[in-house]
Amino acid sequence: MYRYDSTDKTLVEERVAQFRDQTRAFLAGELSDDEFRHLRLRNGLYIQRHAPMLRVAIPYGLLSSTQLRTLAHIARRYDRGYGHFTTRQNIQYNWPKLEEVPDILADLARVEMHAIQTSGNCIRNTTSDHLAGVTPNELEDPRPWCEIIRQWSTFHPEFTYLPRKFKIAVTGAPQDRAASLVHDVGVHIVRGPDGELGFEILAGGGLGRTPIIGQVVREFLPRRHLLSYLEAILRIYNLEGRRDNLTKARIKILVKSLGIEEFRRRVEAEWELIRDGGLTLDEAEIARMRGFFTPPAYRSLTDIDPTLGPAGDDRGAAFKAWYRYNTVAHKIPGYRAVYVSLKKPDVPPGDATDAQLDLLADLADRYSFGEARVTHTQNLLLADVEQNEAFALWEALDKAGLATPNIGTLTDMICCPGLDFCSLANAGSLDVAKLINERFDDYDYLYDLGEIDVKMSGCMNACGHHHVGAIGILGVDKGGQEWYQITIGGAAGADASLGSVIGPSVAKHEVAETIARLLDVYVERRTPEERFLDTVRRLGVKPFKERVYAAPAAA
Amino acid sequence: MPRRLLRNGQIVEDEWLYFAEAEADAESRAEDADASPLILTFDQWQAERDRWMTSEGRGSGERGRTGERRRLGVILLPAHKVEQLLPDLERFDLVGAEFSGPSEGRGYTQGRLLRERWKFQGELRATGYVHRDQLFFLARCGFNSFELPDSDLAHAVTALSTFTAAYQPSNDAGLPLKLPRRLPDTPASA
Repeated sequence: MYRYDSTDKTLVEERVAQFRDQTRAFLAGELSDDEFRHLRLRNGLYIQRHAPMLRVAIPYGLLSSTQLRTLAHIARRYDRGYGHFTTRQNIQYNWPKLEEVPDILADLARVEMHAIQTSGNCIRNTTSDHLAGVTPNELEDPRPWCEIIRQWSTFHPEFTYLPRKFKIAVTGAPQDRAASLVHDVGVHIVRGPDGELGFEILAGGGLGRTPIIGQVVREFLPRRHLLSYLEAILRIYNLEGRRDNLTKARIKILVKSLGIEEFRRRVEAEWELIRDGGLTLDEAEIARMRGFFTPPAYRSLTDIDPTLGPAGDDRGAAFKAWYRYNTVAHKIPGYRAVYVSLKKPDVPPGDATDAQLDLLADLADRYSFGEARVTHTQNLLLADVEQNEAFALWEALDKAGLATPNIGTLTDMICCPGLDFCSLANAGSLDVAKLINERFDDYDYLYDLGEIDVKMSGCMNACGHHHVGAIGILGVDKGGQEWYQITIGGAAGADASLGSVIGPSVAKHEVAETIARLLDVYVERRTPEERFLDTVRRLGVKPFKERVYAAPAAA
Repeated sequence: MPRRLLRNGQIVEDEWLYFAEAEADAESRAEDADASPLILTFDQWQAERDRWMTSEGRGSGERGRTGERRRLGVILLPAHKVEQLLPDLERFDLVGAEFSGPSEGRGYTQGRLLRERWKFQGELRATGYVHRDQLFFLARCGFNSFELPDSDLAHAVTALSTFTAAYQPSNDAGLPLKLPRRLPDTPASA
């Protein structure tokens, strides 16, 4: 993985010193609330319902075991013993004390981490495919490009006060596991007309109040121009994005109002003027970055079936189910990528305790070359596990509550912190997740349903990506009561689509029953091999809507 | 009391007068008013362009005491395009960008374009909502003078050295030191 050199180290240390001084000035009354707000937000520090919330960047989701141990230490020393992983490869701490935040940042800096630009109207953490470098059909590992973007975007002097936040995701495989089509900019590694690798550049995607799927700005960009092209997009956005209305300030509104052709024309015109300047990436720099992401020392192995023990004995249904659902193919024979489920039914989705993080650090050291990853779906991943060690790993994960065999199923929900923690939320999400887990606790049924993305947000800011859930749940406030609007048919991958509202919102106690009815229609009407999403796309909303609103819930 | 500001890393008294200040000055002490360098708003410059560009300045229209043309500056608002200044850019010794509030960021682009694309060599001044924590970024975008609240002025010199390294190529005209950079030190070509 990428290791800091003196430039990186200097910058994070100077940021810690700067923030320490800003915090001191605020606590001494030298800075007003409003002045300090603008400063702390650029360091990932929000003031939330109960306490400050600190968001720490995990660039493109990659963590060393040392970093995991520091995240555990921060949870234990400065928080209440846990952290919450987000959809954008960050971790959030919900209970830090303001005066201790500089110390947290100093601890992070020691292990080459930071909270720079994890909030505020600037370029946020660059995210990527959690299977980068290990998935079989990848064109190229996107992580060197993510690191190149991370550096370019960190303290970019021109783009630190944008109209609104700006999120970039990079993928290198045909499957899109980073939700790049709902990012401000999506960067896809693609093969060009002459067979060389370069980038397809998309812009204008986003969720929130106005969900929009990103559109192609340029079909093929030669690799050396990545940064100059991004700079041209950001410059047009910085100058022309709306600043008069916060809800219309994202780049998606600019792209929509200009139209993609005019937006493209402006970006290209700007790019022509800067394309061969100082941002041009030379082969030496590209090679240097790639050098940080070379494959680990894989052993020469062949694929085996680890669900059978050494003597051909059966290792049991629980391990089999876990192996089937929580591990995926690896490009190297004899290896699997292993999901660590943070979706245990009685735990808020995406939460991990300090003890779990410490354990994962040990397991990463023992089974996966000392590295772990954070997924967009709020789980963790050990990317390079030998198949013949999967059983031992499962036993260790299972003991720690990290082996819930539900990856990709209904209960592998994406969920924001909701009303319990967030000062923006209209409604609870964690308690609804709990109700859904209680209702759907039969694994045979969940496995029969197959792949279903359930995504839930506690308000229309859509941190839980509800628009792009096969089943989306949005918390709304109706006269002081928590209600939930249900959408179906959304998807966040390469075939991204926005879900359709099925009808009037439902009360909290009706959410699980509503989902049960949607699933009934699916089970009755599906064709073999059809996912829930496919059935919705084929049939439309009508039959689902009719069933949901046919009669009051029995319970 | 004359305005103090940060220019080229030093706290100095501002010899420039805004048009409105010059008007007030002209009434109280007519002597010097015509000689001071004068900052126009964008609208003042546009409205009486012929007068400002062809004559030597305001008032009698006579040359100042030294016989030099009166030095002129102009302030851009966030929505102005720097290209609008181009016909007269050479006439200006100072261009200012006004920051209307804490979230206004167009001035950063205006600064870079003036320095890097249009090769503006004069004083590039940040006015309006400008606080110490913006200075490093502004300086990297080519600003070399800053009108700051007095409470920030004392910290301003050190604020320019908040960071001693940078990733991006940029125009660091306003910084006291040349920063080591990750990417090559070639400013954008055009």
